[in-house]
Amino acid sequence: MIEVRQLEKAFGPQRVLDGVSFAIESGETVAVIGRSGCGKSVLLKHVIGLMRPDRGEVWVDGVDLAPLSERRLLEVRRKFAMVFQSAALFDSLTVAENVAFGLRRQPGLTAAEVGRRVGEALELVALQGTEAKKPAELSGGMRKRVGIARAIIYHPQVVLYDEPTAGLDPIVSGSINRLIETVGTHLHATSVVVTHDMRSLERTASRVLFLENGRIHASGTPASLWASEEPLVRQFLHGMAEAGEGGA
Amino acid sequence: MVGRLQTWVRGQIEGLGAYALLCVETAVSLVSRRWEAAVLLQQIQFIGVKSQSVVLITGAFTGMVLCAQTFFQFHKVKMDTATLAVVSVSMGSELGPVLTGLMVAGRVGAAMAAELGSMRVTEQIDALRTLATHPVDYLLAPRLLATVLALPLLTAEAVTFGIGAGYGVGVGLLGIDPAYAWYNMLRYTDVEDMIIGLLKSVVFGAVVATVGCYKGMTCGEGAEGVGRATTEAVVTASITILISNFFLTLFLNRLIYGN
Repeated sequence: MIEVRQLEKAFGPQRVLDGVSFAIESGETVAVIGRSGCGKSVLLKHVIGLMRPDRGEVWVDGVDLAPLSERRLLEVRRKFAMVFQSAALFDSLTVAENVAFGLRRQPGLTAAEVGRRVGEALELVALQGTEAKKPAELSGGMRKRVGIARAIIYHPQVVLYDEPTAGLDPIVSGSINRLIETVGTHLHATSVVVTHDMRSLERTASRVLFLENGRIHASGTPASLWASEEPLVRQFLHGMAEAGEGGA
Repeated sequence: MVGRLQTWVRGQIEGLGAYALLCVETAVSLVSRRWEAAVLLQQIQFIGVKSQSVVLITGAFTGMVLCAQTFFQFHKVKMDTATLAVVSVSMGSELGPVLTGLMVAGRVGAAMAAELGSMRVTEQIDALRTLATHPVDYLLAPRLLATVLALPLLTAEAVTFGIGAGYGVGVGLLGIDPAYAWYNMLRYTDVEDMIIGLLKSVVFGAVVATVGCYKGMTCGEGAEGVGRATTEAVVTASITILISNFFLTLFLNRLIYGN
């Protein structure tokens, strides 16, 4: 479904992605891990066409995104949804308007139908009753959950999560992880999760890509990576487990 | 030194090119009617309705001071009754559109740059794109259309209040004969003067909106980037209004009067 071939991206002299290649099948949940600043979020933005590669290709359902105009990319993006690290909710809109945003642009839906689906999406993320609130009135965890509701309301084929549990306490992180699992099972969506959260990794991912020095340094199931003797992988995974990182 | 100059010149040319492309894309979006009417109405309310107090105060006091200063000079040569003719022509074709443009650049252009800049640094513009919505359609086109519609109306208000306040000062305070003042004002003020002013305000509206949006959409990272974009939007739009006003005056006078 998604295939990335020899992806390269540099910002000035700093080479962030240096020949990244991988493929993701429909229905998979893939976690992308790596040190802070190693290019995980940049990689995610290439997958959805928010950034253009310097070299390499990103294919989605047999379409190469690189040569497409922004308008053509909008059509491809209808298959996608993205949950941002900062939630990226629209400040000027209420929670209900934020969640309904993608849905309102789908033709043939009545206001009542949109309202019903907004209610369902907010129920799924346990945020009933917050419809009229503005994002500034919500906590970090609530904003993340509204971001997930906004992403899943139009039943996308692929959901991309950029550090969904970053900066959240373990209880809220756990509920977000359960939500990611629910989205995968209920919507049968392909999920790509950029994370530092080891519990999230074990719970949600069927496969893990470990990004280092702009390349995929290791990949496999979470169990195989935990059992890996490769020094860098061991240092990263065990270091993080010892540090007890729940995000960031 | 030469290398830095080359880099600066290249940066300016690239910026101008990016600005031109954004303007073309916004114009195409406007013509294709991809924008939302609800966002347009919100923007008209913000740009048009909420700018009125600023614009009316500016127009009124400019008309008053112009009338007083013109009277003091004309009184020396016994031309008191021509004072309001000068006020109406100046307000209608020059001061009304320019000062309204500058005030709206300060209020609206800055707000546009700050709002879009904040949206950019908090990834809200990326979020729009992931929701299959083109930022130009949702953010830029309604803002451009609203400013281009609102500025001529604001200019007309500023001109009306400027002339009215000038008349009040001239007749009520400085003792100009009201009949002659009115007669000379109508005699020397052409409809074309007002048309020139309104046409200028359409151009100034486009300048304020496109510069404000461009600076916001291309702002640097963090609060510093947003702050710099806001300042640059006001300064660039104001200078562009003042420079383009000179060329518009020459062009529109030649076009309308054949001068």
